[in-house]
This record gives sequence, C-alpha cells and structure tokens, in this order.
Amino acid sequence: MVKVYRPLNLIEALDIRNNENTIVFAGGTDLMVKHREWSGAVPKFSTSLLFIGHLTELQTINIDNNSLKIGAACTLAQILNDKRIPDYLKLPIAQMASPSIRNMGTIGGNIGNSSPAGDTLPMLYALDAQLTIQSKSKTYAVGIEDFITGPGQNLLKPDEILSEITIPLSNYRQYYYRKVGSRKANCISKISFFALANGDAAQIHEVRIAFGAVAPTVIRSFEAETLLKGINKSQISERLNDIKSSYANLLNPVDDRRSTKIYRQKVSLQLLENFLLKELVW
Amino acid sequence: MLNMINFKLNGKNINLKIHPLKRLVDILRDDLQLTGTKEGCGEGECGACAVLLDDKLVNSCLVPAALLEDKSVLTIEGYRNTEKFKVLSACFEKAGSVQCGFCTPGMILAAEALLRQNPKPLEGEIRAALAGNLCRCTGYNLIVEAILLAAKEGEGLWSKSIDL
Repeated sequence: MVKVYRPLNLIEALDIRNNENTIVFAGGTDLMVKHREWSGAVPKFSTSLLFIGHLTELQTINIDNNSLKIGAACTLAQILNDKRIPDYLKLPIAQMASPSIRNMGTIGGNIGNSSPAGDTLPMLYALDAQLTIQSKSKTYAVGIEDFITGPGQNLLKPDEILSEITIPLSNYRQYYYRKVGSRKANCISKISFFALANGDAAQIHEVRIAFGAVAPTVIRSFEAETLLKGINKSQISERLNDIKSSYANLLNPVDDRRSTKIYRQKVSLQLLENFLLKELVW
Repeated sequence: MLNMINFKLNGKNINLKIHPLKRLVDILRDDLQLTGTKEGCGEGECGACAVLLDDKLVNSCLVPAALLEDKSVLTIEGYRNTEKFKVLSACFEKAGSVQCGFCTPGMILAAEALLRQNPKPLEGEIRAALAGNLCRCTGYNLIVEAILLAAKEGEGLWSKSIDL
C-alpha cells in the first residue's frame, strides 16, 4: 500500500526515510507529470511518498564568507527573488520552465532528478557546488559532479535527503548562458551552455565552462579550462580548434525526440566558440 | 486512502476528506464544481489550470491535495468578485483578447500575479509573465495589449491585496 507522508520537520522526515522506502516529493513539478493518469484520476505511484517541500528547515538561503547556502526545498522563484544572489547564478534559473512552475519547482528537485538536461546543473557544475546529504545517522558533503552518476542516477541512498546546496561565490566579470529548446518557456533543453570568466586585457585569469544535455551527465573539463588560463585574446583565436576539439571528444550526445546527436554536437561547440570569440570582452 | 485536508478557497475555509494525491484541478472541477479553472495539457505546459496558491501563480494540475494544507487558493470564481477583475475584464473586452476563452481564466490570474508585483510592466515583462500560458486563438498580442491597458486603467489598484 502506497502511503503519503507529510512530516512536521526534517528530523521526522529522516526517520521516515530510515524506516521505509520512499520517493522524496518537493515541488512535484516533475513527479506529477511522470506519474499522471487520465484527467480526474489520482496520479499513480508504486512507492510511498515523502513530502518535504513545506519543511522550513529546507527553505532558507544564507550567505556568509562568499559562500551561498540554499536549502534544497527553496523554489526557483525564491532564488530569483533574492537580491543577495548574484546575477550569474540566476541567469539559467530565469529561463527555466515558466513563472508558475518556478513557483513550485525546487533546486533540490532539479538536482535529485539528475536529468542530463536539468537546467540548474551546468551552472552548479561550473561553480563547484557542494551538496549536503543527511540521514538519521550522519551528515556529509559531496560535490555535484560526484553525486550525479548518470541520467536520472545519483548517489542518494534510500535513507538520505539532499538538504542543502553550498555554492562558492566570486566576482565573475563575464557570464554567458544559452539554452536551446523548441519553445522559450517550459521546454526541456536540447542543449545548454554555461560559462564564467575573469580576466583583463592581457589574459584570462579564470574560466569555467559547462555543457548540458550532451552526455549522460553535465560535461566540464578542468583540462580544457587550464588550456584557456593565462592566454590572451589573440591566442584564443589561434588555439580555438584545439580547444574545440578537446571538448568535442568529451561530448557524447544522443538522438532523441527533442533533437539529434549531430545538431547537439555542432551547436554546443558553436556556443563555445561564440563565448570565447564574441562574448569575452575585457 | 482518504485524508482530511484543510485549506482556504476564495476566502472560505474548506475541509475535505480526499485522497492526498488528488490534483487540485480535479478537486476544483469535480468535487467543488468550480469549472472556471480549465484543464488543457495536464502537465504544466499550458497554464489553462492556473490558480493562485498563497498569492503565487501555480498550475493546479501539478498540485496534489497534500500540498494544500493550511494554504490559500484563489480561483477565477473568487477573483471575479474583485475590483481588479472588473478592470481586467473590461480591458480584455476592449482589446478583443478573448476568442474561444479557454485560456482566459489562466491568463487573467497570470496578469494578476504580474500586476501585483509589477503594476507598470513593460511589454517584454508581460510576455515573460505569460510565457507559461498558451493561447491558440489570439496570437497573444491582443492579450498583451489588454494587460498594458489594464495597468493604466487600474492605476493605484494593482499593488493592493485582494479583499474577497
């Protein structure tokens, strides 16, 4: 018998996770679609549900020492409306879904879904987000790139809850995000591209680049980012082909109903080129 | 499996014995006979089922009953008793923004959600606020015009809270 739990607090939620196999339900914007039935019928789940979207412990946003801590059940709208959060972090979130979905959907849900096309993920990979995972017996941190292991796959164990996302903040002078989809609102990305950079007229000091929806997980390459560090504008043009091919080897897109392998590969690399040649202005 | 769910609907307290996963759109239309809220796609894409949940625009096809506990829901039936609705309604008429009318309740509530936050929206801001609401008749321009007009004609009204 499928049960529905609405715990009063996080401790109670962790108790339930400890005792029973459950699906964690935060905003429900994906779960309600995945499990929907005919109009008028109750959505069908084969595992008990644990509601956590209402838990205040998971809804706070704090900034200290250049570190942003976002509760996993914060809605996307809550993040967008928080004036303390820098624009480069809001850029992909502002283009996600629609106003009504952003009012319900949570950042923790987007991570927990672990879709290769999850729209917060390239930004979170680029910023080295750390996830806090809690169970009844322990709390630990894991990097997002280690947490997500494949399409819809992650390390979360049946007794655990993703409780918080920690993002190191910095002053990035350049930030660039493109989402490619078939409708401006509410579409699942065919591909997405997120990049941040710092530098001056002489050279690039720091660059962070992440590709979404072109491999089983988000692609980020520290090796390729190192190739870009310390070089100047004219060197970017000279080394463009090397940089593009180092990424080309990492991208492994698929053909599906949203797009094709060839389109995804080509447009992703073109977005990389646009960022490096046209968007970087010092 | 039935649970007692308590929430506020259009200003009135509601207690319902209901399946905790039943969708709000079905509760409104089937249990409470409030058929102003429409179901289009049933998956959050079209906005025809939009209502305000604690003053925020949501798609009622994605909201299970368990999420309603202690919350406040405003549907088009409640909103239509307000001064703000009268302005929006007159402006939708004036601009010719209603053709088949199926998207209109959602459009009106999306407009309310926008104008409450931003009483003098630019055209682009209106389009962004309506991005989750599909209309297959008007081509949107007529709806955008109506909201621009309503912002002007209802000046001073929009930032006020709704008194039912």
